[in-house]
Amino acid sequence: MLAITDLHASVGGTPILKGLTLSVGAGEVHAIMGPNGAGKSTLAHVLAGREGYEVTGGTAVFLGQDLLAMAPHERAAAGLFLGFQYPVEIPGVSNLLFLRTALNAQRKLRGEPEVSGAEFLKRVRAEAQALGLDMEMLKRPVNMGFSGGEKKRNEAFQMGILQPRFALLDETDSGLDIDALKVVADSINRFRGPDRGVLLITHYQRLLDHVRPDRVHILAAGRIVESGGPELALRLEAQGYGAIAA
Amino acid sequence: MSDGTETLSRNAEAEATLAGLGSYRWGFSSDIEQELAPRGLNEDTVRYISAKKNEPGWMLEWRLAAFRAWLKMESPGWAKLAIPPIDYQDAHYYAAPRKKPALASLDELDPEIRRTYEKLGIPIEEQKVLAGVEGARKVAVDAVFDSVSVATTFREELKKAGVIFLSISEAIREYPDLVRRHIGSVVPVRDNFFACLNSAVFSDGTFVYVPKGVRCPMELSTYFRINAENTGQFERTLIIADEGAYVSYLEGCTAPMRDEHQLHAAVVELIAETDAEIKYSTVQNWYPGDAQGRGGIFNFVTKRALCRGDRSRVSWTQVETGSAITWKYPSCVLAGADSVGEFYSVAVTNNLQQADTGTKMIHLGPRTRSRIISKGISAGRSSNTYRGLVRVGPSAEGARNFTQCDSLLLGDRCAAHTVPYIEVKHPIAQIEHEATTSKVSDDQKFYAMQRGLPEEEAVALIVNGFCREVLQTLPMEFAVEAQKLLGISLEGSVG
Repeated sequence: MLAITDLHASVGGTPILKGLTLSVGAGEVHAIMGPNGAGKSTLAHVLAGREGYEVTGGTAVFLGQDLLAMAPHERAAAGLFLGFQYPVEIPGVSNLLFLRTALNAQRKLRGEPEVSGAEFLKRVRAEAQALGLDMEMLKRPVNMGFSGGEKKRNEAFQMGILQPRFALLDETDSGLDIDALKVVADSINRFRGPDRGVLLITHYQRLLDHVRPDRVHILAAGRIVESGGPELALRLEAQGYGAIAA
Repeated sequence: MSDGTETLSRNAEAEATLAGLGSYRWGFSSDIEQELAPRGLNEDTVRYISAKKNEPGWMLEWRLAAFRAWLKMESPGWAKLAIPPIDYQDAHYYAAPRKKPALASLDELDPEIRRTYEKLGIPIEEQKVLAGVEGARKVAVDAVFDSVSVATTFREELKKAGVIFLSISEAIREYPDLVRRHIGSVVPVRDNFFACLNSAVFSDGTFVYVPKGVRCPMELSTYFRINAENTGQFERTLIIADEGAYVSYLEGCTAPMRDEHQLHAAVVELIAETDAEIKYSTVQNWYPGDAQGRGGIFNFVTKRALCRGDRSRVSWTQVETGSAITWKYPSCVLAGADSVGEFYSVAVTNNLQQADTGTKMIHLGPRTRSRIISKGISAGRSSNTYRGLVRVGPSAEGARNFTQCDSLLLGDRCAAHTVPYIEVKHPIAQIEHEATTSKVSDDQKFYAMQRGLPEEEAVALIVNGFCREVLQTLPMEFAVEAQKLLGISLEGSVG
């Protein structure tokens, strides 16, 4: 589904990713763990196409397409969703308007008809209920006045409505209390399926207690230094990055 | 006076080609025979215009007095604008479609004019349909084509309600006492250079009178359009809401592409009597000039409301996206006790556009209140200035004002300025002023793009959010149009 080969990327001229290779198949959930500064968020931004992240080598193929050649909104329409570590506030634009505009922009690019107001609201109600989000809150401007936990739940909500093929979740678990963590983990578990892929970027084992990954990778100094099954995350939790990345 | 009527018939094909070269979406010109005043400006020009309109003697005298006063005045230089010298002699001061129709219905309208409207997307047809729909809100269109009103719809229904909605030329002939009593009473002839010029040579415009206790049954809407080469447009609008009356007036404009600067100096006067309310909304999209700053409309407008009666209320909403130069300060004189003035503004400048716009809130009566919400958006190499005066007179005990000025910058070569003037002459008054300047952040843009929006749509969405407080004061049909316009105005300003 997503195949990254020997990816090199720089930010402001400083190389961050130095030959990263990683492949996530359909139906799989992978977790990337690693110390601060390893390049985890850089990987997320490079894959989503953020300006200022310069790819200096390697390839990324997503559903048979050259991901790195596409504009950010084209990647979104192709089915790539990035759950932000720090969701952004947009004053004056309601969550629902934002989401509906985005959904229809994606559909337009894919040559699909616009979603009707009724259908959209139906999806919204169902998803909001599953995530314990208040409808009134969703009418407020995007992420304005939301707590850290609410912002993360809102990311999960957007993922639920947009129904991407692949979710790239950048520290979705940070800033969540135990209950909220469970709610967000549930939404990831509902999302996962045979034709979908998930790449979780996380510092901690605790999210993986709720979302069981198929594969765990350790990213250090811009490369995957070790890969394994879920047990790798447990070992990491016990021994720390120092022991493994050394 | 020379018999200098010229006929102007242009090559539509060449025009179309010309229009295709620019990026101004509505830059085209229609091929209609026009009757033009001789080029130049002198007393004969004033007499010509007045005679063309069959005006009574007092009107001509009023115009001539204005013209003589104007000769002694100078173009104001205090705004933060670079205004190239204007040759007032090198223009026609009157242009009328050759066949001056007094139409019973739109079907009798010159087909060429109809086509122009359709190209512009002015929804006369649509509005007729809308009007036929049971329960749909009706919009009356007093379509001003160049200078002469050529079509007026819904007049009958308005008449039933007692509302007078006419072109000002007709009103001068049919309701001379009403016009004579009020014209120039809010914006005196000598108020400023451009208002004075307008008083001398105004071509046409709109007159509205809503009688005591009447709530105008529909939104009133006039579409202005400048269409004759080198024809200054001097619209004159006078709206009177008598005691307890209510009226909402919408004004929207687009203009064809032109290589030469075009001067527009309108005057709008609003009068609200006791307990009356006037809501005046503008969406302005005149040709702003090309990316190099060539062409474009000069928009020097004087708009002022007099809240004469107690508890009267006037609300100005403007969305300004067009014109090469905008000089415009819709103001409220709050004379009646407890009267309320509001000003909601979005001003967008892109490329080399210059805007110096804002408002004046003059508090004279006790407990008068005013509210100013200004959103300035600058892109390209443009300059965008908010200039606002809040004055509390010695008799305005308990006056209150709240002002909020927000500026949004796109790119790093544009400029935003905020110039508030606050004069308080009464010890018991409350004045608040807030101002912010921000940029569309890369974070916001990337966030919206990651969710699927192309870059320009992402910026348009963020900008619309920034303007929301103002846009939501517009009537629904205008709000949608205004949102689209913001997106169009900022095309090419990102990336």
